[in-house]
Amino acid sequence: MIDALSPMSIADTVRRRHRGGAQEDIGGGADTEADVARRLLDVRDLETKFYTADGTVNALNGISYSVDRGECLAIVGESGSGKTVGVLSILRLIPSPPGRIVGGEILFNGIDLLKLDDRALRKLRGEAISVIFQDPMTSLNPVMRIGAQITENIHAHENLTRRQARAKAADLLGMVGIPTPAKRLDDYPHQFSGGMRQRVMIAIALSCSPQLIIADEPTTALDVTIQAQIVELVKRLQEELGTAVIWISHDLGVVARLADTVAVMYAGHIVEKAPVDDLYAHPAHPYTIGLLNSLPRLDARQKTRLQAIGGLPPNLLGPQKGCPFVPRCSFATQICRQENPPVTEIASRHSVACWHAQSLAGGRT
Amino acid sequence: MSDNVLVRVEDLKVHFPIRAGLLNRTVGAVKAVDGVSFDIMKGETLGLVGESGCGKSTTGRAILRLYEPTSGQVVFRGVDLASQGVEGVRRTRRHMQMIFQDPYASLNPQMRVGEIIARPLRTHGLVKTAREERELVADIMQKVGLNVGFRDRFPHEFSGGQRQRIGIARALATSPDFIVCDEPISALDVSIQAQIVNLLEQLREELGLTYLFIAHDLSMVRYLSTRVGVMYLGKMMELSSSDELYDNPLHPYTKALLSAIPIPDPPLERRRQRTLLSGDPPSPANPPAGCRFSSRCPIAAEHCRSVEPEFREARTGHWVACHFA
Repeated sequence: MIDALSPMSIADTVRRRHRGGAQEDIGGGADTEADVARRLLDVRDLETKFYTADGTVNALNGISYSVDRGECLAIVGESGSGKTVGVLSILRLIPSPPGRIVGGEILFNGIDLLKLDDRALRKLRGEAISVIFQDPMTSLNPVMRIGAQITENIHAHENLTRRQARAKAADLLGMVGIPTPAKRLDDYPHQFSGGMRQRVMIAIALSCSPQLIIADEPTTALDVTIQAQIVELVKRLQEELGTAVIWISHDLGVVARLADTVAVMYAGHIVEKAPVDDLYAHPAHPYTIGLLNSLPRLDARQKTRLQAIGGLPPNLLGPQKGCPFVPRCSFATQICRQENPPVTEIASRHSVACWHAQSLAGGRT
Repeated sequence: MSDNVLVRVEDLKVHFPIRAGLLNRTVGAVKAVDGVSFDIMKGETLGLVGESGCGKSTTGRAILRLYEPTSGQVVFRGVDLASQGVEGVRRTRRHMQMIFQDPYASLNPQMRVGEIIARPLRTHGLVKTAREERELVADIMQKVGLNVGFRDRFPHEFSGGQRQRIGIARALATSPDFIVCDEPISALDVSIQAQIVNLLEQLREELGLTYLFIAHDLSMVRYLSTRVGVMYLGKMMELSSSDELYDNPLHPYTKALLSAIPIPDPPLERRRQRTLLSGDPPSPANPPAGCRFSSRCPIAAEHCRSVEPEFREARTGHWVACHFA
């Protein structure tokens, strides 16, 4: 088991990615052997609930998605849509109580992470899968030198001497674009700017050459010029190292720049999932359509009213009936109120959970 | 002063002292706003953009005299607000209001919605009887799309978007002419932002309001604003009509800022050339000599580091502070 979790060599990962990229998916249907070999993470029917004093919060209502080696999957959604809970569940980082994963499977290299014991899980965290959190201010230890925070992870997973680990830490800082890295190792987080701190977080995340990096809104706290730097950095590293990335965001612009595949979440469901170009060109779920229409574009002289999505974000407390988007949906009919729509594939690798998906996506060939 | 100008800001400076040591002596100053001048025309929306720490919010607050300007003038309807006494400022504030960024922190959690909206009416003596007050509050709540039946509820019972409507209602209560909107949508969910923006637009048209719209979301600013000003380290770098600024930016900082904004269009994003700025903005306590942008500017020359460029009209209505523009 430990063997399967150890990081593959970078070259191997890159090779697999290229092989994967050259292959075309032919329609839906069963997974081919190549599909399975390419797959790094496979989440199936994941359900997470929070048992609070006010009642049960249905944070995740059976979501399924997969990430291929070297792929960048973006998960888009508003606050409370379950996007963060969805990925924190992968590493079992959900505080429990009140949270509990009540169903589903999380297969990483074919192993179900939900069945791992604490020891195996700890080996996995930071080594095969690492996380970059939203706020670099609170996710770095303020009273620990940067160098020590990077080598901490290296020592936990690799058998290196202190000197070797320190040299590696300096290399990592250089790789993420911090000038004079060897000198900065002895600085504290407050001596770095917000953008630089996020680079340090990325260096820590990369320190054991993970196969998967989970980035939870890593640029939300940053200014646009700094955001652009971080996005380009992650894109470059992802291409060079062949690391798979799950990028969580509410910014459809950033996602357009980075992602290979996009999953849109609403009320604990994945309502639409498609390759990035297809999603923006042919959105089929009313929520995705609404989100894209409500954004003003930097490159447009637009003087008509924005098409806002009416109503309020959903309340996840208590049981749900029907499609969660019904109260805000202008296409809703009787069946939408009664039954939650199944996920249907409307085009190659493009799936939608909407009773009216076929007609909304109509007109495409 | 032309009839069309509602607010004139003249060489406004706001410096915050840095104190240190046992005697708490002033050892320096954060020059948050360091000499900006611009006019806001009646009925227009002037957008103010820039990165955090550039002084855009401080400018907005100093206009309302929520901060005491260090020097300079803020002329509102022909009266210099910066030199007014407390009473004078209070009288003028009836006509100029503010919508704050954080709808969670800007509403008193212990007050009912009806009281929050009625407070400015009482402060300015705009209502005489309790009945009149109830009617006016109901009227304003309706205007911003709040259910009048919720007037006795507390802020925590509302969502972020609803709370921002309460903040807007409070700003509208005194029937102001001018509203400073300080990042009013950045704390809201994407699907709610368009609702609030549409409401602000609708109110501007109906009530003939003038906005100073402060934001870092350049796409939204382009959509909303008649003219846009770009600030960097306490200085105005460029100011022009909205479409001109986005189609034809003259300042290298504006160009970099625009190229950093991602556009929700994947094929276009892959083709786009980016001007990536290196490094972070310097500290406003110790700005670079000469042009403030020179330390990050891709085209800076020797004299940029010593001579500060003048803010001049490079084309009709298009102002810029750059030696190369």
